[in-house]
Amino acid sequence: MENSNNRRKFFTMTLQSVGLTALGGLLWSGYSHEVKASPLVLRPPGAIKESDFLSACIKCGLCAEACQNRKTNIDKETGKAREGTLIMAKGGDSKLIGTPYFIPTEVPCFMCEDIPCVPVCPSGALDFASLANEKQELDINKARMGLAVIHKESCIAFWGIQCDACYRACPLLDEAITLEYQKNERTGKHAYLLPIVHDNICTGCGLCEQACVTEKPAIFVLPREVSMGKAGDHYVKGWDKKDQERVKDAKSQETTTERSKESASDYLNSGGEYR
Amino acid sequence: MKNMKYLLLRRVTQIGLLVLYFGANTYGWNILAGTFGSSLLFGTIPLADPYTTLQVLATGFVLGADVLLGALIITFFYFVVGGRAFCAWVCPINMVTDLANWLRRKLNLDKEEVNYRFLKRNARYWIMVLGLIVSAIVGIAAFEVLSPITIMQRGIIFGFGMGFAVVVAIFLFDLFGIKNGWCGHLCPLGATYSLIGKASLIRVNHNHEACTNCMACKVVCPENHVLYMVNKESIMVTDGECTNCGRCIDVCNDDALNFSIRNYFKEK
Repeated sequence: MENSNNRRKFFTMTLQSVGLTALGGLLWSGYSHEVKASPLVLRPPGAIKESDFLSACIKCGLCAEACQNRKTNIDKETGKAREGTLIMAKGGDSKLIGTPYFIPTEVPCFMCEDIPCVPVCPSGALDFASLANEKQELDINKARMGLAVIHKESCIAFWGIQCDACYRACPLLDEAITLEYQKNERTGKHAYLLPIVHDNICTGCGLCEQACVTEKPAIFVLPREVSMGKAGDHYVKGWDKKDQERVKDAKSQETTTERSKESASDYLNSGGEYR
Repeated sequence: MKNMKYLLLRRVTQIGLLVLYFGANTYGWNILAGTFGSSLLFGTIPLADPYTTLQVLATGFVLGADVLLGALIITFFYFVVGGRAFCAWVCPINMVTDLANWLRRKLNLDKEEVNYRFLKRNARYWIMVLGLIVSAIVGIAAFEVLSPITIMQRGIIFGFGMGFAVVVAIFLFDLFGIKNGWCGHLCPLGATYSLIGKASLIRVNHNHEACTNCMACKVVCPENHVLYMVNKESIMVTDGECTNCGRCIDVCNDDALNFSIRNYFKEK
């Protein structure tokens, strides 16, 4: 009798532990899933794809420390260290806690030639290889932290006022942002100098955003997954060999739609709704 | 002062390590940089937390060799000095929960303790395994999302933000909730180090002949079930849940408890 009681107790306890673990697992998974959803975050140079970055980053802060203590971060006038670019996400930042990111309007990435933040990464969240050129040297111009986007309605250059603050601030001057000249039809005698961002060169460092003169920057950096569209396999530049290469793996897809049995004039004359 | 020796040594170690980490960011010191997740000793030797490493591996990401090597070094180190020596000698949360525990004794809260029967000391092992499963499902290191240990450490190095609330929550939980609630019941990091510590070399030794059965050791011990042999047998504390904090040695007036090297052959 006592034996069966013990056995019953054992099963109840096990069931309870498994049940509570399942409950905890559901809450924990739900919470973890929510906290990783912050698509508007700019990562250090060489960061791998955001979804992979979130699993890979071990939150050690070595990149942020290297950024803070880089030689170029010493203020020449005061001799003191300035604030580093990279911030380690804290509670309340609404980013995955402990991961590095930066806010261009506060401190943009100054694109150090030796890229101190990348080689120190122990986990592989910042990928050395993605920034290496043919000679296996680090090349910061290969960084793709984000892509600058211009809101032309608030950009005063698009109003016809002469401003080239972003163009001048860009470390890849006249490459990542170029100025396009257009005639100002309103005055008839002035030119527009319109900043245009080129996504194959822009690194997303954010110096343009910081330099922008408008109250809230009219040019701003967004993560590439957010700021870029995708034409997909349905459209191809037939005149461009390279673009044809892009769709070489495209599969043809046949879809058949059942033929409508209604007569063609139905919707016009019967007063029915459009279909 | 005699009965504070290990307590003071532990505080010096805990605070000293935090100062080194803080200096690495603020002053560019090259002694101990990074955080507990992964560190760099003297700019060359990688160190990494075994449980954090396991979580990242569980997400399916193939980690860099530096982290894997670092985790091996740390595992070996705590295999020697006693697995949960991390908890008592390194972890900053230990200072928070020790304070809560001390206040509990001063405020007599221990006497009023409600018996939370659903929360057992082995809950941490379930949480440890669960953390790996959740990491695999969600694709991020799940415990790192809410770990008060690294939140507190990063808070000290890089600034707290709202993260401070987590530390306060742990303090309140341990003070008014469950005695040794966080470190002794829930923390999966401690659970991992318990497993490493099961076989560790440096352990507390009990001398039954010298013991006067005052039970001072059991009052201060944060895991007092590990001291089951007190005044019964002259054996070592071999339970992995012992944190090697040495408080029992401090408070023992009879020299019945001391650190010693484990003799694996004698145990058999």
